[in-house]
Amino acid sequence: MQANSSDPIVRFENVTKAFGELTVLRNLDFDVAPAEKVTIVGPSGSGKTTILRVLMTLEKPDDGVIWVDGEPLWHQKSGSKLVPASEKHLRKVRGNIGMVFQHFNLFPHMTALRNVTEAPIHVLKMPKGDAEQRAVELLNHVGLGDKLGHYPSQLSGGQKQRVAIARALAMRPKVMLFDEVTSALDPELVGEVLNVIRELAEEGEMAMLLVTHEMGFAREVSDRVVFFDKGRVVEQGPPEQIFGNPQNERTKSFFNAVLRH
Amino acid sequence: MPNEDNLFVKIRNYIFLVIGLLAIGIAIGVELMINPPESPPFDLLPILLRGLAVTIELTLLGAALALVVAIVAGVARASGNIIVRTIVGFYVEVFRGTSILVQLFWIFFVLPLPPFNLSLTPLQAGVLALGLNVGAYGAEVVRGAIGAIPRGQIEASIALNMPPGMMMRRVIIPQAMVRILPPFGNLLIELLKATSLVSLITLSDVTFQGLALRQSVGRTTEVFLLILVIYFLLAYPLTLGVRWLERQRQWAT
Amino acid sequence: MSEQFFDWEYAIGFMPTLLEGLWVTIQVTVVAFILAAILGLLMALGRRSDNPWIAQPIGAIVEFIRSTPLLVQLFIFFYVLPRYGLRMPAFIVGTIALGLHYGTYTSEIYRAGIDAIDRGQWEAARALNFSPVRTWVGIVLPQAIPPMIPALGNYLVAMFKESAQLSAITVVELTLTARTIGTQSFRFLEPFTMAGVLYFLISYPSSLVVQRLEKRYAGK
Ligand SMILES: Nc1ncnc2c1ncn2[C@@H]1O[C@H](COP(=O)(O)OP(=O)(O)OP(=O)(O)O)[C@@H](O)[C@H]1O
Ligand SMILES: [Mg+2]
Repeated sequence: MQANSSDPIVRFENVTKAFGELTVLRNLDFDVAPAEKVTIVGPSGSGKTTILRVLMTLEKPDDGVIWVDGEPLWHQKSGSKLVPASEKHLRKVRGNIGMVFQHFNLFPHMTALRNVTEAPIHVLKMPKGDAEQRAVELLNHVGLGDKLGHYPSQLSGGQKQRVAIARALAMRPKVMLFDEVTSALDPELVGEVLNVIRELAEEGEMAMLLVTHEMGFAREVSDRVVFFDKGRVVEQGPPEQIFGNPQNERTKSFFNAVLRH
Repeated sequence: MPNEDNLFVKIRNYIFLVIGLLAIGIAIGVELMINPPESPPFDLLPILLRGLAVTIELTLLGAALALVVAIVAGVARASGNIIVRTIVGFYVEVFRGTSILVQLFWIFFVLPLPPFNLSLTPLQAGVLALGLNVGAYGAEVVRGAIGAIPRGQIEASIALNMPPGMMMRRVIIPQAMVRILPPFGNLLIELLKATSLVSLITLSDVTFQGLALRQSVGRTTEVFLLILVIYFLLAYPLTLGVRWLERQRQWAT
Repeated sequence: MSEQFFDWEYAIGFMPTLLEGLWVTIQVTVVAFILAAILGLLMALGRRSDNPWIAQPIGAIVEFIRSTPLLVQLFIFFYVLPRYGLRMPAFIVGTIALGLHYGTYTSEIYRAGIDAIDRGQWEAARALNFSPVRTWVGIVLPQAIPPMIPALGNYLVAMFKESAQLSAITVVELTLTARTIGTQSFRFLEPFTMAGVLYFLISYPSSLVVQRLEKRYAGK
């Protein structure tokens, strides 16, 4: 099945996820259009990270279906029914998604360059030369062309996070997930990482799903802002509307608290 | 400053070596004065060195088996399904929970008899016992090192769509190696020392040659002190190597 | 196969003898461990001495003993010492050798434990003008020893298993008892298996206890 350009690239359909007694996602319905930039905001513990992790296949949902580019992620089709996905199917669909983590999670035993080439060479089976050429381009793009041979321990937090972005980009995902990627950074390093993401957002083709507490930044780069609380979408819309004129009481009080802070 | 510190440690380590050898030299000298031998102590060396070849062979083969067993069992115990984990866990606990000498005797005396009828040469029995015993300890080292890999490394590998085997080979094991190497060095030293046990199953290693010499030539003091020096010269460089490894924390963040 | 795989009747028959061997093993282990705990402390303190004429030779001796096999050391104690007039029963000789060998291991534990004591404690002791003995006995050791207990426990379990080597110098402990039983009847499966089971039944629960202690001290 070829996805139509107006079809969503990501669709959560009635997705539920609980940790023991605690239901974190409740019958969540949620779409992301191709190339759309969506920011998720909401109180701590509301389940923002869980949305991204379920989509990255780091957590298994208890119920519902997630569609990525027209294919079910955690399921596969068997006749007209959906059955749990095989490892093979999971890997195929997962290939559309990339993620940048709060704590970078760079491979400490590899140089910056090898961090970026490792998966393209071994997972995508790209020729080594091509993978390296592309990695150098990407690292140049994030301003680290002179750090190719450095190990993560020799890089600052902001530099590590930029390598991590290059590493995720090298897999050419259709959807990229960013989970509070600046919140582990010293304040003076936040800007350099946000600039890189801002450029990515402007370049366009890739859909981006961001969780962030940087409201100014969210307002700038997002096509849509989603206010999320207690496992549900409370309110969503263009940034001007959500930040400027929120309708829901919970949204209002959340922004009041955040902005006063 | 840390450089000076290392230099100091290095010098001190060699001083131990020198002093140790001096002490042995003096002891041998005293023995020679008390019981003047017909010939100098070094006439014993050729025979002991024949034993040394067996000791080294046994150490290398035992270490090779132990290494394979440790990695396979350690990885299986860290990541296998519950049946595999239980079986491997049983092996590890049995070999760690009983005496290596009993394991060696079991392999050497029990296996050739019915119902097993599996006759092993003393060398094969020695390699098997040493490899399986030290391998069980090594498996725990491997398991611990794998368990110490931060969860984020696994998540990053999944996000990059690596299949489990590739993740193990390219992400987890290389990082675990740093933690594994120093304890493996220590296990190698223990294995080297444990090779002496094969003298009890008639394999003619250094210790066995020493026991034989004691019976044929006498000169017990010389014989055993020479043996000690031989083992020391084999083991102490390994000890120094382990200490050196422990100081290398290349990309530890 | 005409014979039974495992002759239980035979095994039950020799069990009392085997248990006597186990009892000897336990005695050897306990005495040797006490020796190792004391010798290890002395070695650790000696190596820390400010006087290089004490610290260096002790360090050399410790390194040397650690780097050579227990079995050879047992033979030296058993065959060499009597030539210089030191005649002792094999049981005593073996226990001393075992304790001395493992003393070099426990000394490393003491060393690490003492090194882990905060500098401020030494400085406080000096500021209060404590004598060196008071500093050690009153301040450093009481803090250093409890966290060492699990590591010492590990060596106790190791010594229990390694005491099997004393069979080579005719100490009739568990392993030699099993071997003798096997030699007499030409059936080694049962005695060696049962000896293994006895070793396991004691050392496995003990190491679980040690693990719990480790967790308790790590949790602090
Ligand atoms: N693996 C887990 N096991 C148990 N509970 C979990 C797990 N992961 C998350 N939770 C709980 O689920 C809830 C939602 O977590 P989540 O990380 O998605 O929140 P969040 O919106 O990202 O919060 P924050 O803004 O603090 O990052 C929290 O209460 C959290 O404690
Ligand atoms: Mg979160």
